[in-house]
Amino acid sequence: MPHPLPHSVDETQALLQRGDYVAGRDLSTALFLALKLRRPLFLEGEAGVGKTEIAKVLSRTLGRRLVRLQCYEGLDVAAAVYEWNYARQMMEIRLAEAAGDRDRTALAAGLFSERFLIKRPLLQALEPDDNGPPVLLIDELDRTDEPFEAYLLEILSDFQVTIPEFGTIRADEPPLVILTSNRTREIHDALKRRCFYHWVDYPDAERERAILRLKAPQADERLAAQVVGFVQRLRTMDLYKLPGVAETLDWAQALVELNQLELDATTINDTLGTLLKYQDDIARIQGSEAARLLAQVKTELAATTAR
Amino acid sequence: MTTPSSPVGSARLAVNILHFARALRAAGLPAGPGTVLAAVEAVEAVGLDRREDFYWALHAVFVSRADQHPVFDQAFHVFWRNPDLLKRMMAMMLPRVRTEVEHAGPQLSRRVAEALKNRLDPEPEEPPKTEIEFDAALTVSAAEQLQRKDFDKMSVAELAQAKRMMARMALPLAEVPTRRFRPDPQGPRIDPHATLRRMLRTGGDVAGLARRRVRTRPPPLVVLCDISGSMARYSRMLLHFMHAVSNARTRVHSFVFGTRLTNITRHLRHRDVDVAVDCVAGAVADWSGGTRIGTALGTFNRRWARRVLGQGAVVLLITDGLDRDGGDGLAAAAERLQKSCRRLIWLNPLLRWDGFAPKSSGIRALLPHVDDFRPVHSLDSLASLADALSRPGPRRAAGMDGWTAMLTAGRDRDEHPQYQPL
Repeated sequence: MPHPLPHSVDETQALLQRGDYVAGRDLSTALFLALKLRRPLFLEGEAGVGKTEIAKVLSRTLGRRLVRLQCYEGLDVAAAVYEWNYARQMMEIRLAEAAGDRDRTALAAGLFSERFLIKRPLLQALEPDDNGPPVLLIDELDRTDEPFEAYLLEILSDFQVTIPEFGTIRADEPPLVILTSNRTREIHDALKRRCFYHWVDYPDAERERAILRLKAPQADERLAAQVVGFVQRLRTMDLYKLPGVAETLDWAQALVELNQLELDATTINDTLGTLLKYQDDIARIQGSEAARLLAQVKTELAATTAR
Repeated sequence: MTTPSSPVGSARLAVNILHFARALRAAGLPAGPGTVLAAVEAVEAVGLDRREDFYWALHAVFVSRADQHPVFDQAFHVFWRNPDLLKRMMAMMLPRVRTEVEHAGPQLSRRVAEALKNRLDPEPEEPPKTEIEFDAALTVSAAEQLQRKDFDKMSVAELAQAKRMMARMALPLAEVPTRRFRPDPQGPRIDPHATLRRMLRTGGDVAGLARRRVRTRPPPLVVLCDISGSMARYSRMLLHFMHAVSNARTRVHSFVFGTRLTNITRHLRHRDVDVAVDCVAGAVADWSGGTRIGTALGTFNRRWARRVLGQGAVVLLITDGLDRDGGDGLAAAAERLQKSCRRLIWLNPLLRWDGFAPKSSGIRALLPHVDDFRPVHSLDSLASLADALSRPGPRRAAGMDGWTAMLTAGRDRDEHPQYQPL
């Protein structure tokens, strides 16, 4: 069942809330603008802050199809837009030959018809859908190379694809486009100019607790508060890879599996691998540093509950 | 506040947004006319009921990089509290801009001034005749001599020629395979697309298989150059080298460091080498100061390594290894750097001394973690570097055995004697 697009920032926020996504006013505004003004939304931020999740939630709550294009180095038109099904085309030629059919123009016209076209994500996203235009997620755009980025410029502004043998395919209604980037390199300004931009930051403690309540309800409230406090402290430190929301959730779930009701230094040391992904970082935090951070978190929490 | 639907209100609002965009542009944000239109649309879409929505709507339009946020934030709070204040600020800025232009004038046209001065000068310092005689006496061309000459000992004219030679120098890099293909009759893979096209031409007969092979391209190159006091005699020359390399090929990232790290990739993109070098000098705060190699490499690892070292980058580390921090944290940072790149090549101008031995703590900390160790003091050494880079070679620690042995042997000897000049 398709749902109408939100008409205000408040509605957008409620929509995300329905999809179990705790978003700030900032993100809701940017998303609302993108939906209302039919422009792509460009989300940038560190890994694991929930950029991809936004597209998934959007597709779920709006009842739209999610078309996902995962970018990688060397991604080309054949993998992103369309490709001809060569094997079937060859077979068709052989079959025509076996049947004694020598009408070349008819054969050529038949060979390059929709029947032999393999549609890749970008082309799929332009197709009409009963539930309204789909959500197109172009994930980790920073992994592609510049030529592909330039190719996207055309698709994202006109929402059409030209196939030389076939003609132009144009979307009646443009898809809802979400682009994400981990900022492993800078995306060209020309592409960013066509999008609404939002930097997705790590959530503050309150919002992260709300996320934990939604996504890991099994975790005890006190444990959740300690987990969030500890992670928030880690994020102020000079580490190679700061833990994202995804890591917080992983950690909370791991602690629940271990039947922990409260954080203690030993458990932190044993489970640090779910939180930190660099040996240098783990070596730095493990042991006395973890104990010190935990003590800080505990006194802080005690102070807030006493108040 | 007026509602967006009232025409007078929205017209005034649009004008205000236009002024706001001009203010942002003055502050260095790229806010073109298209952006202004988008901003007006965006504000009309969210309405003016809440200041917060208004803020984030403009933010989504005007900000396109994370580091632009603080500028936007300040400008927003100054402007939308009192637009008149900003007008005054702009008025105050104008004379500053003018003086900046005046300042920039003579600086930019230094070469023009020099050129004019030379023309007015009745006789050149050295008559060209002597130069020819000099060449004849030694029976080697000046260019050849220049190849081996230390940058440190070159005259101004020689430096100029060296710069010209450097500008012609491209740095080839052994290519790495990509995921794309190029047609090649002898290629190892069948290209179904091209084969089918060929078959259509003959009405469905297999006329021969079209083939393709994996396309290769050079990996990214990251240059980290020391510009501290001890490197001062080389750093300007090396900037010329970095400029030549960045303009000759794509995917080059350049950084300089003394006590802190600065990304100069954008500055080196200037076509004109003098503009680029001046631009770098303006951007760098720690020119000819102390060196903190460990801190600089650590910063690079944390802030840039994951962005620029993708796809098997080769790193050129240009430093003499003389560290103010005595090599503190250098070994760990260098180890991480080596692990995150394809090849870490250390270029050290001190290697011009024949009796060079790894004595200083900085050099000793760095040496075990590099894959190649080469001199970088003359055009010759740069050419041999180009040579080494164009050969694929082993990925790790090629030819480092001698140095590693020296390192372990040097541990037992006394630390005092420094490098012996030739």
